[in-house]
Formats: sequence, structure tokens, C-alpha cells
Amino acid sequence: MKMTGAEILCETLTRLGVRHIFGYPGGAILPVYDALGKSKLHHILVRHEQGATHMADGYARATGGIGVAMATSGPGATNMVTGIATAMLDSSPVVCITGQVSSKVLGSDAFQEVDITGITMPITKYNVVVSRAEDIARTLREAFIIAQSGRPGPVLVDFTKDAQQASAEFDWDACAPKLPVKRIRNNHKQDEFDRAVELLNTAKRPVILAGRGIMLSGAMRKFEEFVRTSNIPVAMTLLGIGCFPASDPMNLGMMGMHGEAWVNTAIQEADLLIAVGMRFDDRVTGDLRTYARNARKIHIEVDRAEINKNVQVDAALVGDAGETLSRLLPHIHDGDHSPWLAHIKELKGDSAVRDIQSLPDSGHLYAAHVINDLWKVTRGEAIVVTDVGQHQMWEAQYYHHDRPRSLITSGGLGTMGFALPAAIGAKFARPDAEVWAVVGDGGFQMTSCELATIVQEKINIKIAIINNGYLGMVRQWQEFFYDKRYVATPLVAPDFVSLANAFGIRGERITSRAEVVSTIESARHTEQPVLLDFRVEQEDSVYPMVAAGAALHDMIRRPNSPLVESATEP
Amino acid sequence: MQTIVAYVENKPGVLNRVASLTRRLAINIDSLTVGPTENEAIARMTLCAHTDERGAHRLEASLEKLVDVLLAENITDRSMLERDLALIKVSAGQQNRPHLMELIKVFRARVVDVAPESLIVEVSGTVDKIDGLLEVLRPFGVLEMARTGRIAMTRGNDLLRPPGAADVAPVTPAPSAT
Ligand SMILES: Cc1cc2nc3c(=O)[nH]c(=O)nc-3n(C[C@H](O)[C@H](O)[C@H](O)COP(=O)(O)OP(=O)(O)OC[C@H]3O[C@@H](n4cnc5c(N)ncnc54)[C@H](O)[C@@H]3O)c2cc1C
Ligand SMILES: Cc1ncc(C[n+]2csc(CCOP(=O)(O)OP(=O)(O)O)c2C)c(N)n1
Ligand SMILES: [Mg+2]
Repeated sequence: MKMTGAEILCETLTRLGVRHIFGYPGGAILPVYDALGKSKLHHILVRHEQGATHMADGYARATGGIGVAMATSGPGATNMVTGIATAMLDSSPVVCITGQVSSKVLGSDAFQEVDITGITMPITKYNVVVSRAEDIARTLREAFIIAQSGRPGPVLVDFTKDAQQASAEFDWDACAPKLPVKRIRNNHKQDEFDRAVELLNTAKRPVILAGRGIMLSGAMRKFEEFVRTSNIPVAMTLLGIGCFPASDPMNLGMMGMHGEAWVNTAIQEADLLIAVGMRFDDRVTGDLRTYARNARKIHIEVDRAEINKNVQVDAALVGDAGETLSRLLPHIHDGDHSPWLAHIKELKGDSAVRDIQSLPDSGHLYAAHVINDLWKVTRGEAIVVTDVGQHQMWEAQYYHHDRPRSLITSGGLGTMGFALPAAIGAKFARPDAEVWAVVGDGGFQMTSCELATIVQEKINIKIAIINNGYLGMVRQWQEFFYDKRYVATPLVAPDFVSLANAFGIRGERITSRAEVVSTIESARHTEQPVLLDFRVEQEDSVYPMVAAGAALHDMIRRPNSPLVESATEP
Repeated sequence: MQTIVAYVENKPGVLNRVASLTRRLAINIDSLTVGPTENEAIARMTLCAHTDERGAHRLEASLEKLVDVLLAENITDRSMLERDLALIKVSAGQQNRPHLMELIKVFRARVVDVAPESLIVEVSGTVDKIDGLLEVLRPFGVLEMARTGRIAMTRGNDLLRPPGAADVAPVTPAPSAT
């Protein structure tokens, strides 16, 4: 059947199972918009193209499927750059569709022409220009495969306007993907595998480092079986949170820069680390020369380029996490690590006293209180989408996630402004779920325009602003490392409640701890979006903290205050 | 020096991706050659880079991650041949010409162009050999030089063929007619 390129594009997306597209129109993509209007695809009009990419990213992270973002050429496309890089660093399968000037004028500095494939080459898994209508379907189908296969990542497809306007024969079978035949390396070298088994069965003080790769592999069951069989405690990366229940006694908590003290200490004392689907980010390791010096290391990882990148390992098992764990399982003896587990418990007892949660209620509103109460009230069942900063770390510490994909956060790029749009995307992906955006007063102001998207689309998400009047995480660094010279971190914000109201969204301000639970309860019980402005302690810091480049055991701890002395164990 | 051989899709932009990758990894490329293979859809690259084994592993693995790269392999430690080709325009007056010709012969190079005041010498071989010739030509006055950069191939049965082209078995004896 003869169709225009734009119609082929919409039909192909539909057949690929796409239901939602987050986008913003403009001249070079108008033919597609015209075809969209006649299709069954639901287009969500964003307020900024960065928001479109974050929404598509949040959508992908909430389901494991692909999120689709769309923009016009030139400024529309360049506005997507931050969102694409965010997806790239966290291996999120986002497909970006951009319009491009007509192929006849490509390279001539035509109106709104920008070389977006050139610009995004290092921040996409793949990108390509399509300038013929007959290539549209096949290229899109390939883009979807590339975005999701192996280590997932964003793909950008740039469609020239003449390709959208031209007509071509549309035949689904004739436009099957033709991806290049690549070598599949057989990476499970037997000796490496045997070494891993040997190490696993002989370790006395092992720790598993669980990362986002477990989620991407869909290997949560296998992973749990692996933990049960080996009886090895689990430390989580920020992005691994949720892949193994926080409430499980074998889950120690988060590792790294703002990880729990006992977790980092355990890693430094371990004799074996088993890294599963995590990439030894520098926020995780601290100084590499002093990182887990006594430990042998096994790395289960799908991407060969990650092996020995930051940390030299003793056994590298390259492949999908789920498959590799399945292969390992029959060889693992039931481990008894009770002395080691008892030791970690002891370490934990010491840290817990310093924990802000165990402070008596002094009337102050701490972000940690807010987040812990949010956890309790939602029974840990919400999808929480955070922004970047102190509140992000407190979320990771005080909201205990038992389910995969229930924490959505920008880890690798650490993109402020991520939370609100990503939460919108997550809500479209999981309409039945309770979705909370937890966001700082700084980051919220970066993408708050998307409040209008919430209203226009009539979606029900809740927004908790952790309002400390500062770019808090940067202020903390200035407090610790720059003698409290707070340059450019005190932050004026609008009255967020009035702002919400101006958009037609209900808003509440919370200034004391006593109001927290009831306000959250009431917000949950309306079917409308609600914005909560939590006025928290302004100069609180996230503890513990491993300074950038310091050894992992070298943690800055919450200073002993009179309050802490009267603390009780939780 | 690390030598990596890669098969890539023969289409626009691939070289750009490879170059962009080395830039991002901050690996300095000493030489990069691209040429066609017996399959016109596939090109073969030889990349020589100043990096250590770890850098080479990253480069090799990251190259292979590129969608358009079909295979990348570090062959530095394998038994292999490396060849570079150079055209060297050397200043040659009447009196030193015989001496020059002598040297060129020793290096098994060839004179491919003769002009009143200069010669063009063509030499191929290992980088060391070419560097050696260059060294002895320098006193005569090297006016211009063009080098291809290295190509490399593993020896004997150690075959490095593009994926999907495996239909040629390494050592199949010719079927004997009965
Ligand atoms: C302010 C701030 C502070 C931070 N502090 C911390 C901190 O204290 N602790 C912390 O942990 N993080 C912290 N981070 C996050 C950190 O920067 C990294 O994003 C995070 O550690 C990465 O986690 P990951 O390696 O599990 O996930 P990713 O970076 O997503 O890596 C996943 C890995 O799994 C692999 N993989 C993908 N699919 C599969 C599969 N099917 N099978 C096997 N492997 C697969 C990928 O190739 C990749 O190597 C912080 C971030 C910010 C912004
Ligand atoms: C786009 C972007 N710009 C700058 C930064 C650097 N940065 C990291 S955290 C932070 C402060 C965030 O402040 P806020 O949103 O108020 O959250 P808080 O730390 O106070 O909880 C900044 C500026 C960043 N991560 N992203
Ligand atoms: Mg703040």
C-alpha cells in the first residue's frame, strides 16, 4: 500500500507497540504530527523538549519497555541533548525522533538545521539520518532493537522533511530489520567460570554488589535464588535499589559516597566482591587504589568494555546477568557465612546510633523525616522519582524499596530537573501506580513548566518538594570543603503553593513534623495532582559522606550533637 | 604500540564514529587505515594506537559496541605481519645519485619517478624498515613524504574474517576428484 513517510512512521510505531509519544511540534516534523492526528498514538504535549526525553526515560525505567520522544529540527533537537545523555549514562532505552530539514538542503545551514546526529554521536547508542520514505519503517524497527538489546541505550532517528512527505510502498514483511551480522563472542571461558565458582565457594567474607543490570536483565528471581543459595549479603548501588527487597535481612543497603557506613566498611573488609550488573562508578568505589584491597573480584556484566575499566577483576563473566547466574547456581554450595554476617550486624549497630531517624522528635523538620514518613504512609509501594541532590540521597537512605523499578533516579549524569518529567513518564507507563516526584527546590525550578503538562493531560501524580532554600548538595560541599563559603547556593524560590495554584494544582506547605503524615495521607486520597512544599532544615547534610576521591572507609560522619547522645536504637 | 583490526560496515559516518570514540577515550591514534574487503558491504580497518594493554582492551571492546563495527580484535600479541608503504621524494643531484641508488637497493625500495633534481622512492615493509630508509635518506634532503599507515594480518591459520563470512573453512583440502 502506498503511504506517506509520515504515515509509515506512525504506522510503524503503532505496530512496534508504542502507545505514548512525548513531544513538541515544529516545522520540520509537522508532516508526522499531521499523521499522528489520524493515528491511535497518544501524543503528550510537553513544555520543553528536555522534558520529553526525561518523560520517555521515566516511561522506559518504570516498565523496562521503550520510551519515545519527538521533537522538531534545530532547537527542538538540541533541547533533547541533556535528556539523551541522561538516558545514555543510565542505559535507558529511549528512542528519539527528530525532524530534519529537507535532504536537498542538508548541510546548507538551512533554517533550523542542526547536525543533531553529529551532536549526539557520543551520547547515543546509535543514531542515523533517514532521508527516504522507503527507509523509514526498517530503520525504526532497527532502532527499537538496538535501543533494547544487550546493554540498552538511547537511539536517535533524524527524519528529513522530504522523507516524511514522500510516498512509498508500505509492506511490513519487506521492511524487516537488517542489522549487521556481528560477532557474538563466547565469553564464558571455562577457566574464568571455574575460577569464579572456586572463589564463590571458598570466600569467608563475601559481599554481592547489586546494580541496575539485574533489573535490565529481568533477573530479580534468579538473583534472589543466588543470594539464598550462597548466603552472601547484598550491597546496592543507587540504581540497583529495588532489584532485591530492602526489607530482606540479607540486604545491607546502599554502598558508596553516601552509602551506609556498615556497607562501605564491609566492602573494605571483604575477601570477595561479586559485582552483578554494576559498573564500579566512582561514586561507588571512592579512591581506586584503596578500594577493597583484600577482596578478590568477580564481575558479571553484559558489556565487555566495563570489564577492568575501573576495577581490575579476578574473574569476568561477560554475559546477561540472569543467564550467568543460572549457569553459576548449580555449582554454588550452600554457604555459611554466619560469623561474617554477625560482624556486619555489629558494624551496623554502631552506625544506627548516629542515624537521624533515631533522633527524638525535636520539632525540627528534617528531610529524612519527611521521606521516612512518606515510605511508611505509602507502605513502600509507591514509585518514587527523585531529582538530584541531597533529597535524592535521603530518598535512597530512608525510603526502603522492596520492588524493582520503584525508584527512578538519574544516577550517572545526575541531571537536575529530571524528577518532574520522569515522574510524568512513569505515570503514563504505570497508570495504576502511585507516583511521587521527590524533588529539591533547585531542580524543581529547572523543569517546573511541566506542571502544565500534568494539568493538560489530567494525570494524578504527587510532588514533594524538599525545600531547604539552598542548592543543598553543593552547599554541603561548600560547608565541608570550602569553609562554608556559600557562593551561589542560597536560592530564592517562588511560593511553590501559589505556583501550583496558578497551574490549577492543589498545593500545601508543611513546616513541622506533626503535619507530615496527615498531609501525605490527604494528598494520597485525592485523585488530583498535589504539590507539597516541605520547608525542611536548611543546613542539614547527608551523612555519611566519602569525599570525592577519598578511600571508601574514610567517611565523614554525622557529628555527635547533644541530640545524638540521647538517641535510642531504632 | 597496540594493533587492532576491525571489520566495519562500509557506509558513511563509520569512520567518524571510530574517530569520535578514540577521542573520547583520549587514545592517540598513530595510524588508521581503511580499505575495502572482498565483500563490498564491509571495510577493514587497522588501528595502531599508543596505549597500554588496558587502553587497548577498552578500545577494542568499545569499538565492538558500535553498531556498525562487526568485529574488533587486538592482534598485538599474535603472530602477525604489519606493512606500511611510503612514497618519499628525495632531492637527488647528479653527483649523489649513484650513492642514493645503492642505498635504495639495500632497502629493497624502488625508484618510481625520476626528475632532474629529485627522485620518488617507493618502499613498503615494516615501520622500522621505512623509518630506517628515511634515516639514511634524510641527509640527501627529503622533500616530501606520504605514508599509508599500517595494515596488519595475522599469520597462517589464525584467520580474522568478518562474521557471516565463515563459509570459507581455514584448511579445507581441495576435494579430490574420484
Ligand atoms: C548526587 C549523587 C550521588 C550519588 N551517590 C551514590 C552513592 O553513594 N552510591 C551509589 O551507588 N551511587 C551513587 N550515585 C549514582 C552513581 O553515580 C551511579 O549512577 C550508580 O552507582 C550506577 O549504578 P549501577 O552501576 O548499578 O548502574 P548503571 O550505571 O546503570 O550500570 C549498569 C551496569 O549493568 C550492566 N548491564 C546492563 N544490562 C545488563 C544485563 N542484562 N546483564 C548484566 N549486566 C547488565 C551495564 O552494562 C552497566 O555496566 C550518585 C549519583 C548522584 C547524582
Ligand atoms: C543540570 C544540573 N546542574 C547542576 C548540577 C550540580 N548540582 C548537583 S546537586 C545540586 C543542588 C541541587 O539543589 P536542590 O535541587 O535544591 O536539591 P537539594 O540538594 O537541596 O536537595 C547541583 C546544583 C546538576 N547535578 N545538574
Ligand atoms: Mg534545595
